[in-house]
Amino acid sequence: MESLIVLVPLSVALVLLTGWIFWRALAGGQFDDLERPGTDVLSDDR
Amino acid sequence: MSAACFHCGLPVDAPGRWRAQVAGAVREFCCAGCEAVATAIAAGGLERYYETRTAPAPAPQPCAPAAAYDEPQALAQFAAPAGEGLLEATLILERVRCAACLWLVEQTLARTPGVRRASVNYATHRATVAWDPRATRPSAIIAAVRAIGYDAAPWDPQRQTLVERDERRAALWRLFVAGFGAMQTMMYAFPAYIDEGAGTLAPEAENLMRWAAFALTLPVLIFSCGPFFAGAAREIRRLRPGMDTPIAIGIAAGFSASAWATFTGAGAVYFDSIAMLVFLLLAARYLELAVRQRAARALDRLARWVPESALRLRDPTDPGSVERVAAHALVAGDRVLVPAGERVPADGTVEAGSSTVDESLLTGEPAPIAKSAGARVAAGTLNLEQPIVVRAERAGSGTRAAAIARLAERAAAEKPRLVALADRIAHATTWAVLATAAFAWWHSADPWIAIAVLVATCPCALALGAPLALSAAAGRLMQAGVALKRASALETLAATTDVVLDKTGTLTRGRFSLRGLRTFGTADEAACLALARALEAGATHPLARAFDGPGPRAPLSGLENHPGRGIAARGDAGRVRIGTAAFCAELAGAPAPEAAPPDRAATPVWLADERGWLAVFWLEDALRADAAQTVRALAQSGLRLHLVSGDRAEAVGALASRLEIARFVGGATPEEKIAYVERLQREGRIVAMVGDGLNDAPVLARAHAAIAIGSGADAAQARADFVLLAERTEARLAAAAECFAVARRAMRIVRQNFAWASAYNLVALPLAAGGFVGPWEAALGMAASSFIVVLNAARAAGGAATGDGPWKASSSSFLCRSRSYC
Repeated sequence: MESLIVLVPLSVALVLLTGWIFWRALAGGQFDDLERPGTDVLSDDR
Repeated sequence: MSAACFHCGLPVDAPGRWRAQVAGAVREFCCAGCEAVATAIAAGGLERYYETRTAPAPAPQPCAPAAAYDEPQALAQFAAPAGEGLLEATLILERVRCAACLWLVEQTLARTPGVRRASVNYATHRATVAWDPRATRPSAIIAAVRAIGYDAAPWDPQRQTLVERDERRAALWRLFVAGFGAMQTMMYAFPAYIDEGAGTLAPEAENLMRWAAFALTLPVLIFSCGPFFAGAAREIRRLRPGMDTPIAIGIAAGFSASAWATFTGAGAVYFDSIAMLVFLLLAARYLELAVRQRAARALDRLARWVPESALRLRDPTDPGSVERVAAHALVAGDRVLVPAGERVPADGTVEAGSSTVDESLLTGEPAPIAKSAGARVAAGTLNLEQPIVVRAERAGSGTRAAAIARLAERAAAEKPRLVALADRIAHATTWAVLATAAFAWWHSADPWIAIAVLVATCPCALALGAPLALSAAAGRLMQAGVALKRASALETLAATTDVVLDKTGTLTRGRFSLRGLRTFGTADEAACLALARALEAGATHPLARAFDGPGPRAPLSGLENHPGRGIAARGDAGRVRIGTAAFCAELAGAPAPEAAPPDRAATPVWLADERGWLAVFWLEDALRADAAQTVRALAQSGLRLHLVSGDRAEAVGALASRLEIARFVGGATPEEKIAYVERLQREGRIVAMVGDGLNDAPVLARAHAAIAIGSGADAAQARADFVLLAERTEARLAAAAECFAVARRAMRIVRQNFAWASAYNLVALPLAAGGFVGPWEAALGMAASSFIVVLNAARAAGGAATGDGPWKASSSSFLCRSRSYC
């Protein structure tokens, strides 16, 4: 049970970190064009 | 069975005629255009396109010249400086079919001389191009795209891409925070649900989990719930509680009570239910946003920026002294030169020259009207044959076209709205839930029972039911080539009892074709047709286009165009003429023989030579290939049809009897069309209008639901709820029948969802009020009811061919069949 005292706050911190990473990706425009990356592998000579 | 064209996939009618070495083999093509495009692609080293594409390429089409985009004042409108002396603009790409097309366009743009940067957004089908104005011009860039069979047009920068992008990002952010919050909060709630009073979970551990859940639900409340609270505030201000009010109350009450329980260590926590509720609702809203933006993008293709300019004569007596000015800058008294094929820029009087003018946009009358000096012409009409000089009388907002557009504005403002089903249900739900919660609190003297009522009966499934089904239906319509501008229009369309159809441009193509002919002299039909084809070969007149088709052409010389009358030439057997009866009678030397038209709507075109009359051709505005099919489908689904047109009454009557439409009105002005629709509405009918063209815009705005054909005037599309955009024009009208079918199906699913969600709430309400519903029962019930609603809503996106009555299947098989017409 004692481990929970560390693990539960850790999981909260992890979620906040994930949220921050997603926010960076979103602001960087990574989600603006979701169709292109799927086809980019087919045109490797660009 | 002939081979398929290597480029566009259509059958090759003349094997061996067009062939070229492309992608390592000799390929057959259906036409010179496809061959040229494929050769251009191969010459650029871009054959990879043929390996990666997932749809055949579009067949090349002739395009209007792009030189107008090079004018300095046009450039200033759509291009912006991008540093280093470069100019940058956004282009809308047209006729793109798959990702390989976009790759091909991007590669081609990047290799165009003078272009420094080019990038294509695969989701929006838009290209951003930066070029050096000293090295190239916009028209050259557009020409490069056209050379490989696509089309591009500058995009009006006034339209707000950035707003759209930020809206999408904000929605994704809310969704992500709620989704991650919901997942993790569920983890913290799970031990407590498993334990359920067994005492295996230490109180400190449970308390810790509650605090963690509180910490993660707080961001969900702060970042994600904005739309619900804002919506509820709006509804409460207007004293009209809708769907947002009970949701906001449920979230607020559940969160405050759970926070209270966390701080004091007494009572139940509902954090997981709240986060899940928010996530499910936001997911539905995000889907709705995505579908709406996709429809908006499809419509942007039509709203491409076209410069409206006029050729003003600096010196009224010298036709050579022209300067190009903006059309709205013209003032009364200006002389403007209108070349053949251009639109008249202002209302005015013809001063010099004679020509024929296509006024179908304003009047619905497809036959061109002869205009010579002294005749009045209206802005927006198309000059067909010869250049004319017009003395402007009214320009800009004073023109008749602008007056019709204003009429449309007014009609739109007065448009009757049906009260949405979802709002009516939410209205009742809100009061029932609030009353029950208050009663339960008063009766049991336990505030926790009231909280359980508010959370358990929060109308999650009810709120999901309509938008999800409508979004799925809108996605289905997008596939059929229909852009839906207002999702709630589906509800109106499903309830429609009467459909008002326009004639020119809607049921017909607005283009003439040969309906029949009769010969009088020695020449047989084939010889007369060969003469007619040769005579009309170079003419731009709409009647002449009826003779465009393939077939032998008689050798002729000395073609002379007599605007508004006909064409004269010299052939093997002396002089020949084609045109009006009077024009040909001058050559034939006798009055026109008697000939009964095959149809009251047909327009005669006469052919004569020096020796006498040869033939009469009966031309008719050609029906769309899918018109009969669509009208039958609409009638069979129980709709009352009306044909209301500005065209001649007898032409309208002939068409109505041919399509078996019992109710029709001809010669109607835009005002009379509105009056017709209003009369139906006063009788309590729910009216949908299918139209096209500027003269239909006011009626589209007034009808309960409006469907516009995508090729029509901008004003018509702006007023429509549905815009038919199917790439194959032969299948455009058939998509209108599809709209009705999809709308009815979607509304049936919405009603099922409402019934299910209401039933769930009816069961949950007494149970929660009786104190039988704790946090985990509330979470389970909400998830289960929402899932059933979501799965049911997905059916609205289902295929058209399955189980929806005979006519629906026939309309979709028709869509497939019509491919062969292109």
